[in-house]
Amino acid sequence: MSTAGVDESKRRFLTLTGVAVGGVGAVAAATPFLASMAPSERAKALGAPVTVDISKLEPGQLLIATWRGSPVWIVRRTEEMLATLDDVTPQLSDPESAAEQQPEYAENQYRSLRPEVLVMVGRCTHLGCSPTFRPEYPAEDLGKNWYGGFFCPCHGSKFDLAGRVYKGVPAPLNMPVPPHHYLDDNTVVVGEDPEIA
Amino acid sequence: MGIQANPHGTTGFLGWIDDRFPLTKIWKDHVAEYYAPKNFNFWYYFGSLAMLVLVNQLLTGIFLAMHYKPSAAEAFSSVEYIMRDVPFGDLLRYLHSTGASAFFIVVYLHMYRGLIYGSYRKPRELIWIFGCLIYLVLMAEAFAGYVLPWGQMSYWGAQVIISLFGAIPVIGPDLVIWIQGDYVPSDATLNRLFSLHVVALPFVLVGLVVAHLMALHEVGSNNPDGIDIKENKDENGVPRDGIAFHPYYTVKDLFGVSIFLTLFLGVVFFLPDAGGYFLEKPNFEEANPAVTPEHIAPVWYFTPFYAMLRAVPDKLGGVIVMFAAVLILFVLPWLDRSKVRSIRYKGWISKVAMITFAINFVVLAWLGLEPPSDAKTLAARVGTVIYFLFFLLMPIYTKMESTKPVPARVTS
Repeated sequence: MSTAGVDESKRRFLTLTGVAVGGVGAVAAATPFLASMAPSERAKALGAPVTVDISKLEPGQLLIATWRGSPVWIVRRTEEMLATLDDVTPQLSDPESAAEQQPEYAENQYRSLRPEVLVMVGRCTHLGCSPTFRPEYPAEDLGKNWYGGFFCPCHGSKFDLAGRVYKGVPAPLNMPVPPHHYLDDNTVVVGEDPEIA
Repeated sequence: MGIQANPHGTTGFLGWIDDRFPLTKIWKDHVAEYYAPKNFNFWYYFGSLAMLVLVNQLLTGIFLAMHYKPSAAEAFSSVEYIMRDVPFGDLLRYLHSTGASAFFIVVYLHMYRGLIYGSYRKPRELIWIFGCLIYLVLMAEAFAGYVLPWGQMSYWGAQVIISLFGAIPVIGPDLVIWIQGDYVPSDATLNRLFSLHVVALPFVLVGLVVAHLMALHEVGSNNPDGIDIKENKDENGVPRDGIAFHPYYTVKDLFGVSIFLTLFLGVVFFLPDAGGYFLEKPNFEEANPAVTPEHIAPVWYFTPFYAMLRAVPDKLGGVIVMFAAVLILFVLPWLDRSKVRSIRYKGWISKVAMITFAINFVVLAWLGLEPPSDAKTLAARVGTVIYFLFFLLMPIYTKMESTKPVPARVTS
């Protein structure tokens, strides 16, 4: 085959542009396949934010909502309960909530938007069991440094009334706070961040 | 010029085929006139046994898929249905589940053979790399398969393994949702793992096995002496230390198959759960997202890596160490700087290293099965360091140690 009179630079240009256009086409062709693996509309609908009315939630009470298949606890904490959060600090492994287990707006001592209302995913950070609400203290079975909180019966992990994990228990992290915001005084939306003003 | 049709000049019906398709050529090149070293020992059974187990998995898998339902609502009961109502369904399932463990047993022995006789050394680097890829895909395949019965261990194992990807910075949490196809492991997750387990990964696996064998037949088999038999050929161009794969090694491998099948079917018939090691006890309970099993441990073949994951106190660090433990195998051909291939002629440091590595791997496997305690975590940390030192120090100790002279011809 004669190669005389072949314009090499034009040939190289055509090869490169061909590869570039083909590459864009390949990415475009891959998109529907990869995108099809994302949560479907049905999964998204089932995972949509839930609205909870907390008008009937008395101080000291716990209410369980369900969001994305997980129990979500809403606790209206009393003044006494909030006072324990200071006393318990030396027992905790992450009292300042340094680990990202909560949205930025809950990165405070109370781990909540409003100090008195705790919104938290009710799953132990060890292996995902659901701990029990044990606000009373002292409690004989939970040791002398117990100030009320949540106790996981599976492997004995302890959390305070803000879901902060005690030292020396199997759970490594504070319990997760889901994104949430308030529509009004008595309506909380779980699964959605507050709109940034 | 390139390919010549029917180089062996066959006639008749076979000749008609050979004029159009290289049937005789394939048979001679890869079987009847593929010359393998005559000094293969016990360790050389496991390659053909791995092929046998692969066929067992494909065959039993096809028939299991005729009865299994890949949905979260029906998966567990469809496995019960296979066990109780499908004629010989329990046998098909036990052949498949025991086959999974048998696959890893023979693959681990096959890999160790490559390790001790230097079968990964030049010019066999690509055989080794294809082999490592097979191992990687096999782990993905086994994981996906273990989720399918949708028992407690299936569900929580999936949860733990998929959440490992959540440790990746920035994209981690979204990646987990994409992999699961939902916000928690669910029907969508089970359904896609079924698709990967029965379609995508078997295709990749078989393709890699073909590439592994093509590379092997291109350069020829290594042997326990690590000698290149192609350097000493007779007047017909046949290696003096080689014997035809068929009938010599086909017959030898058939003997290995008979021993293997005796042991394998013994387990299938009499101890299919292997006391909770091949089929874990919590998996006889249906998946329940609200209740975590008392102790989550992967199946035995993953536990060395699981022990390494748990040994690192940091989640991302643990994930990196675990994946590094598999990926470091890929660069092995470039870590070994010894003048000789086989352990037979390497120095005492290599011999000690090789034995320590094997014992350490088994200890890590045991630690990965156990619930963690302070002493066991410490042991796992030591084991992890030993595992990596074996590879990372290899360029040093293989180069500095004195080796024995390699004979010109293979020894018997």
